[in-house]
Amino acid sequence: MISPESTLTPAVASARAGASRARRRKLARKLAPYAFIAPFFVLFAVFGLFPLLFSVWLSLHQWDAAEGLAAMHWVGLENYKYAITDPWFAKSLLTTLWFAAVSGVPQHLVALPLAFLIHMTLRRSRNFVVGAYFVPYVTSSVAIALIFTTLFSKDFGVINALLPGPPIDWLGDAFWARIAIAFVVFWRYLGWNVVLYLSALQVISGDLYEAATLDGASRWQQFRYVALPLLKPMMFFAITLTLIGNLQLFEEPFILIPPDSGVATSVMTTAMFMYRMAFSDGDFGTASAVSWVLFFIIAALTYGNARLFGKEGGGDVAR
Amino acid sequence: MARGAHRPASAAVLPPPSAPRAGGTPRRGPGAAPLRDLTMSSISRALGLAALALAATAASAATTITVATFPDLDRAARAALPRWHALHPDIAVKIVSLQYADHHTAMTTALATGSGLPDVMAIDFKFIGKFAGSRGFEDLNKPPYDAGALRGQFVGYTFAQATNAQGELAALPADIGPGTLLYRADLVATAGLTEADLTRSWDSFIASGVKLKAATGANLLADSADIVDIVLRSNLPPGDGIYFDHAGKVLVDGPRFVHAFELGRAAHRAGIDAGTTMWTNEWVAGFRSNRIAGAMMGAWLAGHLKNWLAPETSGKWRSAPLPAGAAASYGGSFYAIPRRAAHKPEAWAFVLFMTADKQTQLASLRTLDTFPALLAAQQDPLMDEPMPFLGGQKARELWRDIAAKVPAIPVDKYDSMATDVIRAEYQNVIAQGKDIPAALADAKSLIEHRARR
Repeated sequence: MISPESTLTPAVASARAGASRARRRKLARKLAPYAFIAPFFVLFAVFGLFPLLFSVWLSLHQWDAAEGLAAMHWVGLENYKYAITDPWFAKSLLTTLWFAAVSGVPQHLVALPLAFLIHMTLRRSRNFVVGAYFVPYVTSSVAIALIFTTLFSKDFGVINALLPGPPIDWLGDAFWARIAIAFVVFWRYLGWNVVLYLSALQVISGDLYEAATLDGASRWQQFRYVALPLLKPMMFFAITLTLIGNLQLFEEPFILIPPDSGVATSVMTTAMFMYRMAFSDGDFGTASAVSWVLFFIIAALTYGNARLFGKEGGGDVAR
Repeated sequence: MARGAHRPASAAVLPPPSAPRAGGTPRRGPGAAPLRDLTMSSISRALGLAALALAATAASAATTITVATFPDLDRAARAALPRWHALHPDIAVKIVSLQYADHHTAMTTALATGSGLPDVMAIDFKFIGKFAGSRGFEDLNKPPYDAGALRGQFVGYTFAQATNAQGELAALPADIGPGTLLYRADLVATAGLTEADLTRSWDSFIASGVKLKAATGANLLADSADIVDIVLRSNLPPGDGIYFDHAGKVLVDGPRFVHAFELGRAAHRAGIDAGTTMWTNEWVAGFRSNRIAGAMMGAWLAGHLKNWLAPETSGKWRSAPLPAGAAASYGGSFYAIPRRAAHKPEAWAFVLFMTADKQTQLASLRTLDTFPALLAAQQDPLMDEPMPFLGGQKARELWRDIAAKVPAIPVDKYDSMATDVIRAEYQNVIAQGKDIPAALADAKSLIEHRARR
């Protein structure tokens, strides 16, 4: 049998080979960038996109996880209806909003003036002070849980030892448990906000303060009328982050309050309700539905936040 | 063992697990080799041999099986390993132990995805209904297991608990939890009280708690919810589970629940509880600092107290029947083989070794006070030995009597969910003064809502 190649003259053959090599090189050049960025996309597809899409799919099914993947069956939107009508869902949503407000608002009310103070008064020790405020943000939550359960202990804790009056059952009373958790959240994320505001303060030109000083503005007036308006874009950004973070609050109440405790439902955030739905009740479909409902609530509130800042003629971010 | 330790990491310094005494009970002849013990023991001889043969054929090369378990139950498996290795030198055992809640979460995930499954899975009583119902396990009624033949050798109701709606037997029982009142005899005596004062009636129990607190400052209960938990498990009519009857009907607005909630509230109002949740640092500290002088739970709690909760209070505790003649079962544990396990014959040999082997069961009883589900182990002379931690009391005889009185408690797929709902509603009664019938009605509608499918 004679192959077609063998009938060609050597020159034509080599030209062809050269052309195909060139084509291959061209193709390789074209593909190279994709190969280089592939690791991110592959990882994102496996750990980001797939779980995301799977949870949408899952939210439309009834699935007892312990029965394996084959046990999924289609229920449409019933999981959403079921989740929204569960009394614990509404309760957990209120708890979440309570935490978002009580731990979130003070974060910014303290972080703003604190950042300004650090910016205006500290020079050499600034990095150290900022670092100290930032430490809780990077501390492991297990360490935080151990330290705070010890500090908040009713009979042996330092906090009760310092406070006058009868001992407060910090982690066993519904009201105080919420206060204690809100405090831990505040403590943990204050440093993060200070760093955000400080970075924004550092790009405000010193001339503005100088001009204000010449006009006889006090330090408070400089803060109120110079720094604060210019910080608006950063405030929008920081508040958005706090909003998203606090509405997804899970770690702090989860690690501070044992799940068997009587107050466990009093501090149950929506994220914890979702976790319980999945791992205690074994209903992964409804848990996925809860996560999507939560997503839409967060999206709506973030949009509202953007509108609020945008209308007031805030910074670039909002526009 | 029920509700294994959700143990705070800071709280416990574990003593090394005490090795089981070689050769089993002291009365056994010195010539009895371990292998002989196994085959001659109460396991039906043929089955034991079949298991060994299975293990032998599949494990010509060294095999490692993975056993997923949780504390303190892991102690039983660790203590049994030397004997296991003597019997099966070719099968290595890797014990993976997570905290109680983490273990059951991890196993749920493993069953869901079919990956990361162990060869042998320990399952606590609270989860057996859910897991057995999942059909993710080998049906032990079928060949080559044929565990149905073993039924007569175990406490009867344990098999019912491990059997799902399709009639599949998902697990073998390792231990059961006869409910008992453990109390500090020294503190009770200081208050001028006797055991009879504690157990005569629930009213007398609460009144004694008040006297005890006045005299010693100690609480007769860690948490008033504990009294609710034990009363809910007491004197169940045959066929009823804790929360559901055999037909799946929700029982939580019945008189048993009203009685339990009322007693819990009365105890709380009388101020005889320390207000600490089980398995927390406060709870542990309460036992160590003489603030908690009593607990009503499965007999396995005596093992926890002895091993890590309060070893220094040894000799001061006693075990009594529950007040007002209540008979309750609180907890228990099981071993199962996942359907996708890699080494099933070896896993089965290990399950038999942990559950149906009298020596292993007795070793667990000795180290953990996990009360054997194996009837032959309940008849061993070890049951009559005085227990130093309980001041020389022969408490195991008492536990055996209690176990004989406990009716079968059917389990339900939704038991763990119902537990959470009831606990939350009880908290509403205590903390917010919610009316008991209203709380139970809310609990009922929520449980029915959740168990809709």
